[in-house]
Amino acid sequence: MNLDKITNKHIYWNPYFGGFLLGILMLFTFFITGRGLGASGAMKSGVVTIVDTVAPTHAENNAYYSKFISEDKSPMNNWLALEALGVLLGAFISGGLSGRIGWRVQHSPKITSKRRLIFALGGGILFGLGAQIARGCTSGAALSGMAVISSGGFLTMIGIFGTGYIAAYFFRKNWI
Amino acid sequence: MGPLIPNGIIPEEWNSIIAIIIGIFFGFILESSGFSSSRKLAGVFYGYDFAVLKVFFTAALVSMIGVLYMDYLGYVDMTQLYVHPTYLWGAIIGGVVMGVGFVAGGFCPGTSLCAVAIGKIDAIVYVIGIMIGVFIFSELFELFEPLYNGYFYGNITLMDTFGVNPYWFVFIFSLIAIVAFLVSDFVRKRTKKIFY
Repeated sequence: MNLDKITNKHIYWNPYFGGFLLGILMLFTFFITGRGLGASGAMKSGVVTIVDTVAPTHAENNAYYSKFISEDKSPMNNWLALEALGVLLGAFISGGLSGRIGWRVQHSPKITSKRRLIFALGGGILFGLGAQIARGCTSGAALSGMAVISSGGFLTMIGIFGTGYIAAYFFRKNWI
Repeated sequence: MGPLIPNGIIPEEWNSIIAIIIGIFFGFILESSGFSSSRKLAGVFYGYDFAVLKVFFTAALVSMIGVLYMDYLGYVDMTQLYVHPTYLWGAIIGGVVMGVGFVAGGFCPGTSLCAVAIGKIDAIVYVIGIMIGVFIFSELFELFEPLYNGYFYGNITLMDTFGVNPYWFVFIFSLIAIVAFLVSDFVRKRTKKIFY
């Protein structure tokens, strides 16, 4: 019985079912708002908010931060940040229903937690940088772009997954 | 008729509520598909789990076909939809940098949020990393600006770039996706199982 519960934690939806629902959600989002989904936008808003609070003059003088600062409302008050809040809620509900909630560092048994965290930090830095250069991440540029057959969206998708396969060889010890 | 909010059919004030509701569904679908696990996500690059490929391409196809259908039936005006702009080298180089980050960190921003929600500490560190990445980009914006603003081709689609008919494009893309799904199952059967 106990064993059943442990294995059940790792049973996820059929990927075609999940993909179908995600496609319908994307379609619905375009139908309602005229735009797609996103994820890295919320983290950008977070950075802009922190810099604007700590060093307001610096933020206003910087050509990038100043694009996202307005007089009358906080940089956190935007569609993507609210959507990201929803993502946290939705994932928490799903994880809670399947008993997947708990503090842990997930890593391959062949590597230490410390190594996993160092690579997670480095990977995050690269992804954050890349998402700004390409003006969106896997959700905002690649998936939302592909939904409306955007050329840039397809290019970014090929860039992410193509490089992923090339780089996979160098990071194989972390995963397999 | 659609998109509903830009055309004033749903009042603008509802936008924030709708953002949160759409986000909840987004997070629920990603987490239920197993995208809160970095080891499952990384499987697509090593051949032991192709959930990313299947979910991603199924979603892209369903939304692509759906948008074309709704445009055809007159429920949504495709020309009013936001098309992600094409900055040629920004899109490619940004994608390459993200690709390395994906294999190194095992998440992308959306999936890392899902993992944060269920308490994965590696995902919290990853999100902090993303914010450091955004910070570095912003501080060095002058250095990146030619790449960020250059090589701009407008909000173009593949129909503009290659002059293809969208219906044929989606049909061929569907065939490619089906072949990719079959090949991925074939590869997974021949790859050493990884338990995680």
